[in-house]
Amino acid sequence: MFIPHTDEQKKDMLATIGVARFDDLIGALPANLVRPRLNLPGSMSEMELVRHMEELASRDHLAQSYLGAGAYEHFVPTAVWALALRGEFATAYTPYQAEASQGTLQSIFEFQSLVCELFKMDVANASMYDGASAAAEACLVAAKHTGRNEILVPETVHPQTLRVIQTYLAHSGARVTSVPCPNGVLEPAFLQKSLGPDTAALLIQTPNFFGCLETHVKELSDLIHGAGGLLIAATYPVALGLVAPPGEYGADIAVAEGQSLGLPLAYGGPYLGLFACKEGLLRKMPGRVVGQTLDADGKRAFVLTLQAREQHIRREKATSNICTNQALCALAATIYLSLVGKNGFKELAALNFQKAHYAAGALAQRGFPLVFPHPFFNEFVVRCPVSAERIVKRLSEKRVLAGLPLAAHFPKRAEELLVCVTEIKTKADIDQFGDLLAEAAR
Amino acid sequence: MNGEKVVEPLSFEKSAPGRKGLPWPVCDVPFVPVEKQIPANLLRKEPAKLPELSEPQVVRHFTRLSHLNFSIDTNFYPLGSCTMKHNPKVNDRIVQIPDFAGLHPLRPHELSQGILEILYEVERWLSEICGMDAFTLQPSAGAQGELTGILVARAYHEHRGEKRPVVLIPDSAHGTNPASVALAGLTAVTVKSTADGQVDLDDLLKKLTKDVALVMMTIPSTLGLFEPRIQDIAKKIHDAGALLYMDGANLNALVGLVRPGDLGVDVLHVNLHKTFATPHGGGGPGAGPVGVKKALEPFLPVPRVALENGVYRRKFDRATTIGRVHGFQGNVGVLIRAYAYMRLQGAEGLREISENAILAANYLKAKLTPLFPKMPAGACMHEVVVSGEGAFGPGVRTLDVAKRLLDYGYYAPTIYFPLIVPESLMIEPTENETKETLDAFVETLRTIVSESKATPDLVKTAPHSTPVRRLDEVKAAREPRLRYRPQL
Repeated sequence: MFIPHTDEQKKDMLATIGVARFDDLIGALPANLVRPRLNLPGSMSEMELVRHMEELASRDHLAQSYLGAGAYEHFVPTAVWALALRGEFATAYTPYQAEASQGTLQSIFEFQSLVCELFKMDVANASMYDGASAAAEACLVAAKHTGRNEILVPETVHPQTLRVIQTYLAHSGARVTSVPCPNGVLEPAFLQKSLGPDTAALLIQTPNFFGCLETHVKELSDLIHGAGGLLIAATYPVALGLVAPPGEYGADIAVAEGQSLGLPLAYGGPYLGLFACKEGLLRKMPGRVVGQTLDADGKRAFVLTLQAREQHIRREKATSNICTNQALCALAATIYLSLVGKNGFKELAALNFQKAHYAAGALAQRGFPLVFPHPFFNEFVVRCPVSAERIVKRLSEKRVLAGLPLAAHFPKRAEELLVCVTEIKTKADIDQFGDLLAEAAR
Repeated sequence: MNGEKVVEPLSFEKSAPGRKGLPWPVCDVPFVPVEKQIPANLLRKEPAKLPELSEPQVVRHFTRLSHLNFSIDTNFYPLGSCTMKHNPKVNDRIVQIPDFAGLHPLRPHELSQGILEILYEVERWLSEICGMDAFTLQPSAGAQGELTGILVARAYHEHRGEKRPVVLIPDSAHGTNPASVALAGLTAVTVKSTADGQVDLDDLLKKLTKDVALVMMTIPSTLGLFEPRIQDIAKKIHDAGALLYMDGANLNALVGLVRPGDLGVDVLHVNLHKTFATPHGGGGPGAGPVGVKKALEPFLPVPRVALENGVYRRKFDRATTIGRVHGFQGNVGVLIRAYAYMRLQGAEGLREISENAILAANYLKAKLTPLFPKMPAGACMHEVVVSGEGAFGPGVRTLDVAKRLLDYGYYAPTIYFPLIVPESLMIEPTENETKETLDAFVETLRTIVSESKATPDLVKTAPHSTPVRRLDEVKAAREPRLRYRPQL
């Protein structure tokens, strides 16, 4: 159905080539292996496919979700994907021919500008695969820049991000040292004990895996800089409508999972790695960068630049192996941020804050008190009267996702549940959720 | 392209204080004062300077930007090694089904049976198509797939108590190959190619010592050729205790025709955004699943999808895994599109695609032979590489011809790659282009070759019809301006 040649045309084409039959073209293939029998299902019509996919999707239908932990349910304005999925964007290639790719190039330039504004950093790249790979590559940059090999990662960083960092660092000579955080945030005293002459960087995440804002960001920043290391800050972009951006407390590299900026949850991807840094690290920054320049007539134009850092020129000496990134997701985030705008972004953060704080109060009243005394944005840990996994199981029978039981990553925290409340929840939703939790605990 | 010649201002330049594109609902819960909950030093001092636009402004801005792009939906895009094929429109509809779009990645498996079935089947079908025993769907792109495959191979050797620090890579390989090798902490050693673009077997055998962990080959090669001695090469690699890695960038030539695993390939990555028709998105998201033979399976990233007693689960328990390469499960939206594409085609449809891709490339090769005197004889696979050396008028280079093609409404082929062919143009028509389009493309190249002789300056200053003309790339690199700043 996607092949246009008629039988007559195929014959003509073979005649032009000068062969009698198609198989004369594939004589180099081992004859005994050609055209194996493949055990695959037969083809479907488009109509059958749509019905089949809708049936598969309906099996996972859900009533409500309070699950966050690195992926967040936010409202996605209709215009975002109506524009991003225009064929001229979606079916274009990497913008190698700048004259025929100004749409993609300018949108990436706007994306880089928006990321710098959000983070209050100097420069940003055209995106990474996801927040976790952005964090991993940030650690590699820090090790290379400082010539040191230890990356300090507190327990408050998302455990799955840590796992990706470990994979990326496995053979780099750099290693990860975990810093304990028994109180739910990184205490400067604990950092102090871990600092050494080989410390390349401290990676913090705020709001952290427990939803808490890291309360000592400025002290942590001063401590790591005092020890000659870099500060890498991982953050949650929507929170930046309210909380201090990495640039305000001295981060050298800022990274984030950008999914919350207009991307669907989609079972984990495609997501969007945001990466920004200080000017001084520009030439060590991984990934593509778009720059502004002039064309032959003196008009403003955009082009992929600083490619001397990249794999297709420097090959094994490149700053990283990333080339294809998440350009379409970056475009969606650009459209999203352009639509929400300066004040709308502040309002969005305020809505998240208000709803989550109301929810924390409503849950506490029903016997699910907050575990940590620290400030939070839209996600928080509650103590359950019974095992959190049991609560989650009971609610999933009603097709409600209650949150993430922390026991999956912290076995000693069996009664603790990580709950997220975003702008999409109404007061009635939250009250009903509280009642469901109370009922499940009985 | 709608023939737009006007440069579009930046969104920031259209902003006006107080304008809004999206209203949020009124807050319906009792108000909690922020400053009572969050100390002042943790609050943002100044709001981020996002543009302030109305929805119609945003719609017009991005629609107009879209008009400045060539794409597979608007133009023939013969970009070699990139497989710019048609992206079925039904896929856009499928990924937007709310019960797919709204799937949280940490859902319990009881509430993920539909999506887990899809992922399980994608793994199984890719294994069947490639002749491999297992696949991981986690890598987000071909380059991340390469890194994953190399890490898996490294773990396999180390698990057997062998230290093999070297990876052999032909000089015609994609630049990501050596970059991925370096990231995996191994050393890339280059193997020469012969004049006809095949790997130099003598050089390969000389370098195939017991230090070699992997040989990375692109099959068919970046010259669009199938290596007829591949099974023999694979045997020699295995005899030396090394593994054969296949860069799957050119898989569109092989699907349904021959299975890489049957040729002796031990590890490969598949660029789903190429062969399995998921849109390239202007540079991602793609997906780069990695397939392996049985002996390497224990080292694949976790989680993996398993089917136990009719129930799909994500399995994390694997002591020998290399870990994770993605924060969650990978680019699932892309995997859903690939699933849908495979269902639309079935086994027979997939084979017909490869056959027609090969037919189209050879047809172009036959028609282009008179224009490019250095064209090697014989059949190619799904793409054809020609050398512009000696084909154009005085001082005209392949780059100029590529730019001139833009004037005629074609995106340019890949140029100056592979590096071993001087002034190369790598043309990949895919199975989707009509004979009429292919004929017109050849006629256009013929016209440009004539122009290059009659009016070389016309070609050297191309393009002339695009929204912007040749860019000052040196200025862009020497004075990096990488973000909008007011007053600049």
